[in-house]
Amino acid sequence: MTAPPAERPALSPSRRPLRRRLLPTLPLLTLLAMLGPVAAGLGGTLLPAFGHLPAAGETGPSLDPFRALFAWPGLGDAVRLSITTGLLATATSLAIVVLITAGWSGTRAFRVIERLLSPLLAVPHAAAAFGLAFLIAPSGWIARLFSPGLTGWERPPDLLIVQDPWGLTMTAGLVAKEVPFLLLMTLAALGQVKAQESVTVARALGYGRLTGWLKTVFPRVYAQIRLPVYVVLAYSMSVVDVAVILGPNTPPTLSVQIVRWMADPDLAMRLQAAAGALLQLGLVLGALALWFLLERLVAWLARRWIASGRRGRVDPLWRGIGLGAAGLSAFAVLAGLAGLALWSVAGFWSFPDALPDGLSLRSWGRHGPAATEALGETALIALTATVGALALAIGCLEAEHRYGLRPSTRGLWLLYLPLLVPQIAFLPGLQTLLLFGGADMGRLPVILAHLVFVLPYVFLSLGDPYRAWDSRQGIVAAALGSSPDRVLWRVRLPMLLRPVLTASAVGLAVSVGQYLPTLLIGGGRVATLTTEAVALASGGDRRAIGVYGLMQSAAALIPFALALALPALIWRNRKGLAIG
Amino acid sequence: MDKGLELRGLTVRQNGTVLAALDRRIGPGEVVTLMGPSGSGKSTLLSAIIGTLARDFGMEGRVHLDGTDITDLPPHKRKVGILFQDDLLFPHLSVGQNLAFGLEPGGSRAERRARVEGALTEVGLEGFADRDPATLSGGQRARVALMRMLLAEPCALLLDEPFSRLDAELRQQVRDLVFGTARQRDLPVLMVTHDEEDARAAGGDVVRL
Repeated sequence: MTAPPAERPALSPSRRPLRRRLLPTLPLLTLLAMLGPVAAGLGGTLLPAFGHLPAAGETGPSLDPFRALFAWPGLGDAVRLSITTGLLATATSLAIVVLITAGWSGTRAFRVIERLLSPLLAVPHAAAAFGLAFLIAPSGWIARLFSPGLTGWERPPDLLIVQDPWGLTMTAGLVAKEVPFLLLMTLAALGQVKAQESVTVARALGYGRLTGWLKTVFPRVYAQIRLPVYVVLAYSMSVVDVAVILGPNTPPTLSVQIVRWMADPDLAMRLQAAAGALLQLGLVLGALALWFLLERLVAWLARRWIASGRRGRVDPLWRGIGLGAAGLSAFAVLAGLAGLALWSVAGFWSFPDALPDGLSLRSWGRHGPAATEALGETALIALTATVGALALAIGCLEAEHRYGLRPSTRGLWLLYLPLLVPQIAFLPGLQTLLLFGGADMGRLPVILAHLVFVLPYVFLSLGDPYRAWDSRQGIVAAALGSSPDRVLWRVRLPMLLRPVLTASAVGLAVSVGQYLPTLLIGGGRVATLTTEAVALASGGDRRAIGVYGLMQSAAALIPFALALALPALIWRNRKGLAIG
Repeated sequence: MDKGLELRGLTVRQNGTVLAALDRRIGPGEVVTLMGPSGSGKSTLLSAIIGTLARDFGMEGRVHLDGTDITDLPPHKRKVGILFQDDLLFPHLSVGQNLAFGLEPGGSRAERRARVEGALTEVGLEGFADRDPATLSGGQRARVALMRMLLAEPCALLLDEPFSRLDAELRQQVRDLVFGTARQRDLPVLMVTHDEEDARAAGGDVVRL
């Protein structure tokens, strides 16, 4: 007999109607949580930039805000700084990552660097920037080590090293933090290409380790890390907290100046700020376009280089440079942290002594209570945003799994969009909307603003392990009578405990490090460790900065330590879930 | 009641073309072996029967189990068990917890524990309940996987190349155990393999795709 063609049921229809309605809506809800604020904020920037801000008594359209912006004497320098720091920081970070990976992957030195990766990544930008300043300032640790012996300095020299007008120190601070990020992305990409085989073949053909990697592996890896590179470029061009700490002051970078205008009691300055924000967005888009063209040029040159058949005789030199640069950038962050720690417990410490006269807990006693309060606020915001992001990310991935959807390139771009649009371009607009829309500023809007940035990172961190899970485990569980929900809670999530905790740690670290969303959307009423620490930058109280910087770093680092320790503890009797 | 697994014109298509088709009844205790080169859609046919066919495939026909049409049921309501070439024991659960995972809810803790112990004893693994599955040998793990599936009391058993990861000596042993227990419980068995030896050991009909 022939059976009538049957409509196949959905992969695993849940019997519970609520779930059935909730789960499919999660991807949409996620997009809304991520892109809604970006779109609204851009809108809220666009209108005032063209002179429309009824609350300030201005109704547009007019070009006055742009006229005022172009009349600002610092604009030329600010624009130049944005472009040079962005391109230089991105190119340098990428070069270091490429050299270290090409020259050293698979070696013991590389494994040491890999192990340092998570902590380096977790250290917030502001803390790393302070740490760098403590190292290289004229009165910093390095100068102290060589003074007066080598330098003859009895007092700090009058040199503008930190906050130099060229933004070089700021660029260095960015590089130290972007190298770990790009390296992490590169390692993830390496997992998807058969790198080792290609290099082995190339070396058998007489190519050096580095040249072989560059010619056979890099083109495939770059295709995968392109979006993260764009993120680094957009971020480096428009960052605020690092620029406040390490960037030039008079005039400051465009992003910092926009924040100053936003804080001006004169509401009309918001129009100028909005125009500046649009200009900053334009600069970033322009630089991304330029980078895109440079990619083409480099690809064309590289194809000729590959076809030339050169085997790479100076490889050892480049390998050395790569290791040196990567080691230096890791050292800058770690030694900087040590500097923060030392200053936080330093008693009297005069130049040029390399170490303080004595240690004391006075700074902790003085700043501890306020810092602890800020820690509470930081933790509350970070935990809420991260739990929300986890729920949405797991919901999306599970919907993808149950309804047989495929992750698409377009989806990936959407995920990266909130990271590509500079914060300074849409957060002022979002603040203006909230302020004049009658919404309350404060903790909840700040949490939602953090979610915009926490969500993509949590999703990116969890996505690969979630999708790589052996779905036959789920089939077996279903054949044993488990509903899709039971499979999720009793099998999939426990097995994915480690990546879920890692994604949580990433989310917490991202939230802890957020400066601009807390400052602008909190309306000055939400004090986290990051906003408090950055606020200390102009004062130069190194002991206070040490306390806040160290607590900020701890707030970001401890979750990573827990993400390592907890699965090892919980699954200590489960060899099948041990690492590697 | 009409016992057994009945595939009525079961056809799996990919992009409109027929990938595999099977129309036959498998009685209680009977083993039918499905053979064919890789890519011939054997495993896809199995996922159609347990209800986990991927979206890219189309399906026609009905699947009946013990007289009930299960074609539109979700996988966890079908009462069709499956064993893969990997044992797929849940790595986060102990051996005993793995076995208890498939037990129907209900019964006292002691009763459930006794059933788990009984199942372990049946395959010569008494006292293994608290062990980490990762510390078991391949043969032991295969036996636990079999008992886990049987404790869920399926009404049919599907085997997807179940012995191909075991070495020759072990293979014979596990094969006998699986076919023996299935026959003893009157389960209809559909096996996919490309090992002629498996087919001979099964002793039932062989369908070639």
